[in-house]
Amino acid sequence: MSAVKFLFAAYIATWVIHLFYIGTVVRRFSRLRQQLRELSKGK
Amino acid sequence: MKRLFPILSIVTVALLAYALYLALVVAPTDGLQGDVYRIIYYHVPSAWTAFLLFFINFVASIRYLVRSSAGGEKAAKCVAIGIGIVGFIAPFLPPVRAKIPAGMEPSAVATTIVLIPVFYFVVGKLFPGERLDVLALTCAEVGVVFCTIVLVTGPLWARPVWGIWWAPGDIRLTSTLVMWLIYVSYLVLRRFSSSAQTQMLAAALAVFGALDVPLVYLSIWFYRTQHPSPVIGGGGSMDPRMLHVLLFSWLAFGLFGFLVCWSRFRLELLKREVEQAHAMESLVGAEAASKTSLPLSRSAG
Repeated sequence: MSAVKFLFAAYIATWVIHLFYIGTVVRRFSRLRQQLRELSKGK
Repeated sequence: MKRLFPILSIVTVALLAYALYLALVVAPTDGLQGDVYRIIYYHVPSAWTAFLLFFINFVASIRYLVRSSAGGEKAAKCVAIGIGIVGFIAPFLPPVRAKIPAGMEPSAVATTIVLIPVFYFVVGKLFPGERLDVLALTCAEVGVVFCTIVLVTGPLWARPVWGIWWAPGDIRLTSTLVMWLIYVSYLVLRRFSSSAQTQMLAAALAVFGALDVPLVYLSIWFYRTQHPSPVIGGGGSMDPRMLHVLLFSWLAFGLFGFLVCWSRFRLELLKREVEQAHAMESLVGAEAASKTSLPLSRSAG
């Protein structure tokens, strides 16, 4: 693997990690909103 | 306030895109390492952002620990002010100045130390009560994400330059890994402990964990390591064009980290709201059940 490939691997890895984390935050947000909706319906 | 988040998001995306352009196109190629050195524009800003977030986690944890007692809060306030005063004066005194590593400016040391009381009071003002705990958790989680990036991009840079992925025993690398493990254990504690004391225990762990942060930062100043010496300040001779790109990249990643923290903070508040609603619902349910079962138990008696 040439050195430049390591550069691109590092940049891609950075964004994969960030996007994965943002994805988990968004998923948790939608799950909590759903729960909150169900709770307000129950009232 | 509602409009601020989307506006900042657009600004951040634009800054990150421009930082990428600067890093890949505008920044000059390094004579020794070639293009692979450009990893610095993601590796170093991620490390600085992680340090900053762990520092905020430390301050929020201290405030959370002392807030339960008026005496403790007063003592912590005095200690913070004392650190600020001593930190502002001491680096300029000749005996202390002689101990500061070459290239590290006393004014920079003083400014860094003065930031401790500044953060202490600002965090206390902006995040009262339970919000301190939410802030600590948020900063630890996002800090771990940035620290993970440091630990992934570091070996990817080391392999073509040093010929090895990892230098076992190197103090900078080992202390960074230990720091990451400490904050991961903090998150594991927060996630899986159901004790009423979890928040206090986590805050205490965060205070001890924060001791590793200066060790990580200062290790390359005080020890000979495989990791390069500081490129900014102490003996570093970074090309000004590279330095500008590095600082711009940090600005972009710093703003990005702020937005992620903001989202995570709101998520935690929403989670606590849902938990509270669940608790209220079960309380009402239990009350209703006890009302309906009361006549039965009387008739049975």
